[in-house]
Amino acid sequence: MLCEADFRRPQGVERLVQAIGSPDLPPMRLMEVCGTHTMALARTGVRQLLPPQVQLISGPGCPVCVTPAPVMDEVLRLASLPGVTLATYGDLMRVPGSKPGFDLRRQKALGADVQVVYSPMDALELAKAHPTRQVVFLGVGFETTAPGTALAVLEAQRLGLTNFSLLCLLKATPPALRALLAQEDFGIDGFLCPGHVATILGSEAFAFLPQDYQKPAVVAGFEAGDLLAALHLLIQQVKNHTPKLENEYIRAVSPQGNEMAQQVMAQVLEPKDDTWRGLGEIPHSGLGLRREFAPYDAALRFGFAPAPTSAPSPCRCGDVICGRIGPKECPLFGTACTPDTPVGPCMVSGEGACAAAYLYGRE
Amino acid sequence: MTEPQYITLDHGSGGGRTAQLIEELLLPALSNPHLSPLGDGALLNLSGPLAFSTDSFVIDPIFFPGGDIGKLAVCGTVNDLAMCGAVPKYLSLGMILEEGFPVADLQTIITSLAATAASCGVQVVTGDTKVVERGHGHGIYLNTSGIGEVKWPGLSPQTIQPGDQILVSGTVGDHGTAVMLARSGMLQGDELTSDCMPLHQLAAAALEVGGVRVLRDPTRGGVATVLNEFVEGTALCAQLHEYAVPVRPQVDAACRLLGLDPLYCANEGKLLAVVAPETASAVLDALHSTPGGENAAIIGSITTQFEGRAVLKTSYGAHRVLSKLSGAQLPRIC
Repeated sequence: MLCEADFRRPQGVERLVQAIGSPDLPPMRLMEVCGTHTMALARTGVRQLLPPQVQLISGPGCPVCVTPAPVMDEVLRLASLPGVTLATYGDLMRVPGSKPGFDLRRQKALGADVQVVYSPMDALELAKAHPTRQVVFLGVGFETTAPGTALAVLEAQRLGLTNFSLLCLLKATPPALRALLAQEDFGIDGFLCPGHVATILGSEAFAFLPQDYQKPAVVAGFEAGDLLAALHLLIQQVKNHTPKLENEYIRAVSPQGNEMAQQVMAQVLEPKDDTWRGLGEIPHSGLGLRREFAPYDAALRFGFAPAPTSAPSPCRCGDVICGRIGPKECPLFGTACTPDTPVGPCMVSGEGACAAAYLYGRE
Repeated sequence: MTEPQYITLDHGSGGGRTAQLIEELLLPALSNPHLSPLGDGALLNLSGPLAFSTDSFVIDPIFFPGGDIGKLAVCGTVNDLAMCGAVPKYLSLGMILEEGFPVADLQTIITSLAATAASCGVQVVTGDTKVVERGHGHGIYLNTSGIGEVKWPGLSPQTIQPGDQILVSGTVGDHGTAVMLARSGMLQGDELTSDCMPLHQLAAAALEVGGVRVLRDPTRGGVATVLNEFVEGTALCAQLHEYAVPVRPQVDAACRLLGLDPLYCANEGKLLAVVAPETASAVLDALHSTPGGENAAIIGSITTQFEGRAVLKTSYGAHRVLSKLSGAQLPRIC
């Protein structure tokens, strides 16, 4: 069986680049949905190896980046409540609220107890070790992190922990893609589907792309060889007008996914309508705690109430994500919105479309 | 067995307990003719141009795989002096201790600090101890300042020219990943250790060959940040070859897991040298035959391709700009 390292070998990558680069390719725009794909594309430089006809657009697949500003405002408020310890993944530390520069780094500097953890179970350990503190885990992520988050709630219940709660900001990927596809003038010809999400949900979770929208879709892994092999399949589909679902990441992804993880998710979480930074409200695109787990719901415990998104923001990340405009066409780009003072999701992530355009000068 | 001893506010009072700490714990480990008179300052004989540097150490955890805060405090300042082309001679040692810090831990740290200093041929010639109330510090903070005699003058980024070669004295990113994993409690054992070590011998080996434009130890911000500092605002480009950069497999794996980049992770026992093309392979040989330089490599060169940028040529022939780090590296979820 092939292992990860086999997908990094330059010889294999070279052959794939040759296979992709045929002169008769039509121009096409492909979306890499997943933030880790965006990172991997930048790390390996795969973008530059593609023929000029093939344009890759970074999708809404960074869960940290799509957390809306009013939600972050409430997170910042929650972090500063007396007696609260906020446990969070590291990359949420610099996601801004409504006011530029107001992020968890600032709250921590001002005295909030904010702890960076690597897993929801670490947050549970914090709660066990500090029984007088209210430990709130900031549950951000897609279906990849949802099962682990759900498991932490079950474990808290089993242990009878009363000082652990979850602020459930989990999001579901397929509904967001449906929302994108429902938009008029959505100019994407095919999807590189997220391998990690598919590990949990199964590749079949993305079968709706060809079935309902006639869009080519390939589930991809994260090494240079994975990306190029998947792009090769995707480009062939677009070129030959044969939209279907293919799975390049067979060493991790099965058609049905991880059923045990799905069971844990279904036991603890349920779909709800949710708001995405840059995309707005999308039906069934969030995962909330089921009613029977209300005692572990930080939103209920601390009266979490994000303000409705008020005035339309001049931030045009939604358009960037949909491929309607390039980053530099946004009025905030490079002025109000920079990697140090990000406004929208595409600038928050180090490898988001706008951050990459700012840092690397690429469109 | 005696009861464990702890630092109290008395140890910082300047009175009897302070004297006891100095005489029983510090002097036995650090004693030398400059320090032992315990004057208000040290009287030194030095000649020629001098290099002077200072560094503070607040590392968490205090004991980490491959070192501790004492060893680090010597290496940090010795390495800064060595990168200036100086032979490190004398150190000062400032200690800020937190009330309640175990004296046994302090003993271990001072023993380690003294051994490292001795191995570099430097003497701790003056010092200071303060104690802060419990909750006002993280156990122990150290500061060292150091003086060295400049033996190889003229090292400067301004002397870098197109065609120069970029060398690193060994594997990249060891310290940063080891400390991050130790902090997270994620890995145990000796799988991943800090590279914390003094660089004066490696620096001397490289400088004796000649043709070295500039030396730098890529601590916080890592190799990528130092290279940016070299070429920023110039017409030059620091171009690395991904395949040539030595990275331990454990570090590579840890970075992939945590979403970090070894080129941005701190090193505490590596030097980065920009060397004239004529002497680059001789410098590489000199590094290879010096302890700690076994994995040294030429990792890139100075070009004019991307003005003012540091760029990595990936194993697949694409280019990735190594931008300057904005803030700390944070483990990623996505």
